[in-house]
Amino acid sequence: MNSELPIQLTDLQLDALTELVNLGVSCAATGLGEMVHEEVVLSVPKVSILTRDQAIKSLVERGAKQLVAVHQDFEGDIRGRAFLIFPEAKSMELVRALVEEDLSLDDIMELEQEALAETGNVILNSCLSTMANNLGRSVKISLPEVVHGESTEFLTLTSGPNARDTVLLIYINFSVKKRDIQGFLAMLLDLPALAILQQLLIEYIERLTGQK
Amino acid sequence: MTYTVLIVDDSKLARMSLAKALSTLHPDWHRVEAANAEEALQRFKERSPEVVIIDFNMPGKDGVTLAAELHESDPTTSVAVISANRQVGVIDRAEAAGAVFLAKPVTEKALGDFLISVLKKRRAGSE
Repeated sequence: MNSELPIQLTDLQLDALTELVNLGVSCAATGLGEMVHEEVVLSVPKVSILTRDQAIKSLVERGAKQLVAVHQDFEGDIRGRAFLIFPEAKSMELVRALVEEDLSLDDIMELEQEALAETGNVILNSCLSTMANNLGRSVKISLPEVVHGESTEFLTLTSGPNARDTVLLIYINFSVKKRDIQGFLAMLLDLPALAILQQLLIEYIERLTGQK
Repeated sequence: MTYTVLIVDDSKLARMSLAKALSTLHPDWHRVEAANAEEALQRFKERSPEVVIIDFNMPGKDGVTLAAELHESDPTTSVAVISANRQVGVIDRAEAAGAVFLAKPVTEKALGDFLISVLKKRRAGSE
């Protein structure tokens, strides 16, 4: 239980959300694996719902201060912003996994933005659309944008930052071509969006288990 | 013939969902659940299930490793590994472990088809 959150999810609702994220991330790994022609190994995602301030603290505590993120806005029944976040040092590793080995550092640096945007696009689209499909909803996703900076700067909504916004924070490790690349996924939702998500989870659980 | 099916998934919801599909397809079969590989090995010893359905991505030992261990201890057990991670490497490893790969979320039809193949195999084996 997170007493600072205005909406509490039950254990089964959090389980359902984790399962949805797991489905989404697994589909994303399949997509990323096809891009790098190599298997992408995933850890079990750890999902938590936090206030915006708690999420920033959590990212900082994991040593992830200087970050690079790809974000995309989504709208539909639920609107918010999804992020794929890497510690800045790891982002070049990801680019190296995506492009040919013999490229020079200059070439790699030139390709970095594009490679990150494309990776983010594949992972976030795959994740969001899988989650939406399983909830029986549709989602419209904007184009990816790459940002470099600190976690405090990222986790804001375009409509104006609010400390009471909620962040669905997903920690996941994935390794590509034996390079250990740790990434985070985060979804920033406002309070009405979290309330709708809870309702969708209730319906999802009913549909899957036949139980109310 | 009443079979026993062991469902292994760290998600309670995923276990409930599979249990629901199983009870629709074969209401008379026994269902046993486990939340991780260790628990699954324990239930496997206690109940000797004919069918085991295992989630791939679990904390601790993953589903393919567990499938290989179960296959080694009893090759007549039919094992399915389920995952939304449909990478060729994962599917190949599941099959190398003697398991069938099923894409998650598992539809009632996909589960039904897998169970029909299990029944056919067992009938052929007992003839």
